[in-house]
Amino acid sequence: MVDGVFTTPGEVAQRLADVRYLADTATATTVYLAATLEKPLLIEGPAGVGKTQLAKAVAEATGAELIRLQCYEGLDEARALYEWNYKKQLLRIQAASPDAAWEQTHDDIFTDEFLLTRPLLTAIRRSEPTVLLIDEADKTDVEVEALLLEVLSDFQVTIPELGTLTAVRRPFVVVTSNATRELSEALKRRCLYLHLDYPTPEREREIVLAQVPELAPVLAEQLVRTAATLRTLELKKAPSVAESIDWARTLLALGIGDLDEAAIAQTLGVVLKHNSDHVRAAAELGLPAR
Amino acid sequence: MTLLDRHVEFLAALREAGLPVSVAEGIDAAASVPVIDLLDREQLRAAFAATLVKRPHHRPAFDTIFDVYFPPVTGRSAAPPSDTEPPPRDPDAAHRGPLEDPLRDRVRADLFRALLEGDDALLDGVAREAVGAFGEVRSGTPGRSSWSRMTVLQRVAPETLMAGLLDAFLAGQERGGLAERRARTLLADRIDRFTRRVDVDVRRRLAEVTDAESVARTARRPTIDQVNFLSATRTDLVALRREIQPLARRLAARLAIDQRRGSRGALDFRRTIRESLSSGGVPLQTYHRPKRPLKSDLVVLCDVSDSVSSFAQFTLLLVYALREVFTKVRAFAFVDELDEVTRFFTPGGDPLDAVTRLATEADVAGLMGRTDYGRAFELFAERFADAIGSRTSLLVLGDARSNYGDVALPTLRELAGRAKHAYWLNPERRASWDTGDSRARDLSAIVPMVECRNLAQLGEFVRDLTHAH
Repeated sequence: MVDGVFTTPGEVAQRLADVRYLADTATATTVYLAATLEKPLLIEGPAGVGKTQLAKAVAEATGAELIRLQCYEGLDEARALYEWNYKKQLLRIQAASPDAAWEQTHDDIFTDEFLLTRPLLTAIRRSEPTVLLIDEADKTDVEVEALLLEVLSDFQVTIPELGTLTAVRRPFVVVTSNATRELSEALKRRCLYLHLDYPTPEREREIVLAQVPELAPVLAEQLVRTAATLRTLELKKAPSVAESIDWARTLLALGIGDLDEAAIAQTLGVVLKHNSDHVRAAAELGLPAR
Repeated sequence: MTLLDRHVEFLAALREAGLPVSVAEGIDAAASVPVIDLLDREQLRAAFAATLVKRPHHRPAFDTIFDVYFPPVTGRSAAPPSDTEPPPRDPDAAHRGPLEDPLRDRVRADLFRALLEGDDALLDGVAREAVGAFGEVRSGTPGRSSWSRMTVLQRVAPETLMAGLLDAFLAGQERGGLAERRARTLLADRIDRFTRRVDVDVRRRLAEVTDAESVARTARRPTIDQVNFLSATRTDLVALRREIQPLARRLAARLAIDQRRGSRGALDFRRTIRESLSSGGVPLQTYHRPKRPLKSDLVVLCDVSDSVSSFAQFTLLLVYALREVFTKVRAFAFVDELDEVTRFFTPGGDPLDAVTRLATEADVAGLMGRTDYGRAFELFAERFADAIGSRTSLLVLGDARSNYGDVALPTLRELAGRAKHAYWLNPERRASWDTGDSRARDLSAIVPMVECRNLAQLGEFVRDLTHAH
């Protein structure tokens, strides 16, 4: 369990900064509350603003293990929670001596040995500090959401053959969503909510410098201002923080010292991934034609 | 008043503003109060936001109400007096007489500094100072005054500082280039931050002279998906356009899931048998081939006259953002001439650009320059009759106001009859249909008419439309 590890939101910010994740007051306070009130944390926001990264940073900062459940369409209980190892059970039945009592065999094959634990159950049964990341929860079907609801509200799982398993130590749960569909009201109600958005240029500069310390501060300033300018254009896909960082690395690798029109035109592909966005950006920023 | 009372009133104000705050969430919020540092207002804001606001589009309303119920300061003069002197006046400058205003000069000098540094605490202080100095509007009754953001912004005029700020920022660099563009974005953002702080402080002072509840009520604004297309302001329009892509993405994701789930295709025999081997030859589960999605053509016929052009633009933007859902999309625009505008929407092109070009280049305005549905339908039937086949959905966009002209009902009936589906989207509220020159009733008897005043309704319609196939 991560609770009790943090004593103030300020400490959260400090310890996240130690692992190079710069959190603002809102993020730090929300993480602190999630840990203290033992509630799951639901994070929404555009792609590439550091939602998944936040979960990883919390795990790293608290020395907890990260268990990740990547959601996708068609994810089911057997992939998310647990599954009986049918083949091994079959083997066990075949290997049993012919005169073994059925009750005995029955009790034997529904034990831990034949249980395949999936991320949700694994996270609940761990006694060491754990961060459970449920990534892109909006991609799942509504049924899985109901399953999550059950697990996240009581931190217990009922397996008919084994009984109810209750969390030994509550994991710190982070649920992320890109909002391709709205998550159910019930799930939202049980979670603390954090909307991560593009940072202010001042903060983004610090983020870029924290991730790419070798970058010259002047260049970082130019970079975040350009990124902010690009975000004001009506693009199909605005540059994300992750892309800003990639951009910084690119500039460093190419040895570009001044982010002028020519340099932007040369490296724009790192931040903009649609042709129509390129055309628009080139026109608006007055970039030289390629 | 105790903190608990304040908390309960705050929850009530949020609910009044349309945020669905449950009792459980209210308790969560209360539970978070003892564990945070109450003296740090931003922590309190974050704690309340995390527990009470679960949708991003409710956030502006939340912030407004939070600022009114939990003001950063109370009373009149909250900011410490500035220690900067007004800049010394040029001794050669002519005396400016009554226009001279040392207070205004001082506030502007402070603002200049704050904007240059981009420091939020400084901006806070200047905003409070500015509202305190210029925001008060005295009324007839003594002792009762009101506060206005307009007077503050007029006197301080933050936009007029831009030129000076740019000079200071670029420090002798060449103007007009990329550097200026970048600096401008940054400064515009900071000025915006300042204006928002002025709003907050004005509301706080208003809440002190009246009461928090009524101020919270006036501050309520419709969320962006509820903004009416026809009465949207310029800022709203930009915000609306930004919402189109995410909305299209959400719809497309939803549709893909629905299509796959709706019906299963033929049995995948090989896979079923192969999988059954692992359970001793017993096919525990059957597998099916994915069904080929049935797509249809879409023909959009839109009125682009001034009164409804913004509505037509949004619908076209959304339709083209979703074009992969249809086999083919053709768009026609009309006022009292008709022109096919499909050519502007090139694949991979910029749809926004297309809409702009449509407005300037399409040949849609004839002699009268007023919407003529009758003529538009006749022209369409004459020139593009082959556009409508048995697998076509016909979509007409317009307010059904024919300027008292003929609407060619038989022609429309024939067109609608040939299409698989036909719909009419009307951006006017249902209550004003059939008033004045609106022919909504006659037209809706032929083509089912749907009210479509905001993004929420538009999204809902597009979802139903693709479902109908």
